[in-house]
This record gives sequence, structure tokens and C-alpha cells, in this order.
Amino acid sequence: MTGNDGGRFDRVAPDSAHQRDPGRPHRAAICTWWEDRFGVDAAVWSAHSFWEKGNGKLWVFAGEAHDPTPVEALGMRFMRVRQEHWKPSTNAVQRFGQHATRNVISLSAGETAQFIAGESVDRPQWDGDWGYLIAATTIAGRDVPVGVGLYLHGELRSTVPKGRQRTL
Amino acid sequence: MGLVDRYAPMTDDPDAFRTACSRPLPTTVRVNGLKTTPTAATAALADAGVTTTPSAWSQSVLRLDTESAGGTLPYYLGWIHGQEEVSCLPAHILGPQPGETVVDLAAAPGGKATQLSDLMDDTGTVIANDVNLGRLSALRHNSERLGVTNLVVTHQDGRHFSLKPIGSARTVDRVLVDAPCSCEGTLRKSPHIVADWDPLGHRGLQPLQIDLLGRAIELTRPGGVVVYATCTFAPEENEAVVDAVLHSHPCTVEPVALPAGLTAAPGLQQYDTMRFADSLTETVRIYPHQNDTGGFYLARLRVDR
Repeated sequence: MTGNDGGRFDRVAPDSAHQRDPGRPHRAAICTWWEDRFGVDAAVWSAHSFWEKGNGKLWVFAGEAHDPTPVEALGMRFMRVRQEHWKPSTNAVQRFGQHATRNVISLSAGETAQFIAGESVDRPQWDGDWGYLIAATTIAGRDVPVGVGLYLHGELRSTVPKGRQRTL
Repeated sequence: MGLVDRYAPMTDDPDAFRTACSRPLPTTVRVNGLKTTPTAATAALADAGVTTTPSAWSQSVLRLDTESAGGTLPYYLGWIHGQEEVSCLPAHILGPQPGETVVDLAAAPGGKATQLSDLMDDTGTVIANDVNLGRLSALRHNSERLGVTNLVVTHQDGRHFSLKPIGSARTVDRVLVDAPCSCEGTLRKSPHIVADWDPLGHRGLQPLQIDLLGRAIELTRPGGVVVYATCTFAPEENEAVVDAVLHSHPCTVEPVALPAGLTAAPGLQQYDTMRFADSLTETVRIYPHQNDTGGFYLARLRVDR
């Protein structure tokens, strides 16, 4: 796989047939991953375009832009697809995670506070997949996604970035 | 002469102005409509032990009984953003519509730019520019926490702002110029503004402010709207800037239609030896005693061509 220029945003190709570089991620694969992993329908992003800035670092942007676009930010950091296990960003899950129908793990108020502080949460019983899950909590009577956890061996590890962590 | 002495005679009630300037500023947050509603945010803040009161003019602007809500779950979730009550006004006065292209020329740290996205329901494009790279990282952080996806962040000198990186063919419908200023109106939260006040300090920024507003007019399509805002009282940074651009660029002043519940004073027609166009009375000055806020200035311009 060749590199991607970290100084600009390149549009993600719609599918494998339109790729200039077969090593790069494409939109169809990204949407399939969200559908398979979380049950999120691709229609959620019908008004959004996907962009790559730096290897495997994807952004989601409402609307269209020049390809390439040399700016500081284009919408929101969406997910990381560089390593074997793709990982959505905390902010993308907070924005789009309410559409998820599976691999969502509900946290109590106390567990939510731990998770947001960057701490792991014990969860010996879990029927879903291992790997990256959407952590959710109840606030003001609503179920709300709070971030991404990595579920391994009976615990949910918080992946909330340091700059986003809070002590409630 | 001190800061408060210079401006008290300008107001309808100098004593009330002086008293208000010495009181601490209420803490306010803006509710982010992209992630929640005022009702849910109010309930979530109450669960976190924070009592709120809606502002007189907007259900989305809440006054808090605490100094900060930064350590609460609704803040973490991007339901609220710390934003002074008068700082919530420029986006409303600009009046962006869904699907439009809007530029915020001096956008960091992003409270107003993300509010534009909110008012546009995260459709169209908000181009949030700032010359200060360090402050841009705060803008990016805020934008992402608030769940905004229609915002493009650019790093340019606003005086020479170019659409080229984003696409020169794009038509700009509206521009916000929340200009760098001497920040006299923030004296209630930053007492050093009074202590360090330099009677001639406001003169240095005027050329930059005129250039930024001029560039905003040039960027905007005919019939489009530009809002010029500062958080300062100095006529040199307010009416004098708008007056200069009225003479150099094709634009006219439109009345600032403040939301019901807010009190303001008209812009000045003269100060000291300065004389301004009659239409400057359609701009507004907000003094701290009028609505128990910080100080602010707002002008709305329509681009002619």
C-alpha cells in the first residue's frame, strides 16, 4: 500500500472499481464495516463525503469539497482503518452511534464516570463481539453513546482520548 | 481617565454602567442543537447538580449557578458549550440558512463558528478560519466535541483570505467578522482589562479590523450579508471601522434586529472629533448593565454590487 499525503485531504473512492490505489480504503468497504459491526445503515451518511488525511485516518464531511483539499480540518475525524482492527473515533460515535443496533454496551452511571475518566470497566458477562464496542449510558431519560471501548477478557477498556477525558 | 470613566458618559445610565462593570459576569452555556435540546440539557445539568435559568431571549442560552460546567456529563457529550451570552448573538444576527456557504474569518476558538453550524443544521459549509495556529487546535477540538461535520478549518491571514484551497468557484452567502479587539467588554470576567487599560490601545487594532471587514465584503456575493462584531466599547474599533468600510466597499448598513428580551443602545453618530454616517445608528452597542452581560458591538451589512 502506498502512502497518503498527511498535508491534505484526499477523497475516499466510492468502491474498489474506482480506486486509483487498491491499497487505500474505499467508501463501500467503510459502510459495510459499520453495517456489519454496529448495524448502522449507510443511509446515515447519504449527505456526507469521506476523506483521508494521512495513512488510514478518515474524516467525515457534510457536503462536498475539492479533491484534494489542503486545509486544517474537513468535517470530523471519523475512524482509523490503518491497522487490522478498524476503530471509530469517540466523536464520530457520539455523533452517529445512536443509529447502532448491535455491539452497544450499556454502562451504569458509575461505570460511565469511570469510562469517561479513561478507566476500564469490569464486564465478565458479555454476549456480543470482542473488540471495539460503542459504550452507551442513560442521561436525561435517553440512551446516548459516550465513546468507544475495547472489549477483551471480561473488561471494557476506555479509548477516550486524554484530551477528552473528564473526571465527573 | 480609566476605562469605565471613558465609556460611562456614553451610556443612558452611567451609575448603573459603573456598578455592572464591577460585578462578576454570570456563567452561561449555549445548548448544542446538533446533539440535544434545551429541555434535555437542562435536565442533564440538573442531574449533575447544576441549576440553570434560560436567558431572557433564548431557550438555548442558559445561565448557570456555578462557575463552570466543564466537569459534567452534558459538557463531555458536547450538549453544551461555554459561551458568553452576548457572544451567542453574532451568529443569530448573521442569520445563516441551511445549505449556505458561510465564512467565519477570525473563528478560533470556535464558539460562534460551531453555533453557525448548529443554526444551519450541520448542512452547507462553514469555513472557520484563523491566523493563529495554536488557537485553531482549540477550534478543532470544540467542533468535534460538539459533533459538527460541515465545518472546514483553514489557517490563513484573514485580511488576504482566499477560497482557493476549498474551491474558488464557491459562492459565499455570509461572512462573520468577530474581530480581534481590545476586549474592553470582557472586563467583568477579566479584571486585568481595567487594570492594564491603555487609553490609546484601541488605535493599534483599527487597520487590521478595517482590512478584515473589507475582505469580508469582497468575499461575499452581491446581496449577501456580513456581520461585524467586537467585544469592546471603543468607537475607534466599532463605528469608525464600519464607517471606513462603507466608504471603501459596496455595502450598506442594515438594522440589527435583536431578539425580543434584549436591550441595547444605538451605534454612535459621533465621538470626540469623529463623525460617522447616519446609518451607524442602525448598529448596536450592548452595555453590561442593560442585560447583565459583557459589553458588545454588532453591525449588519448588506453587500451591494
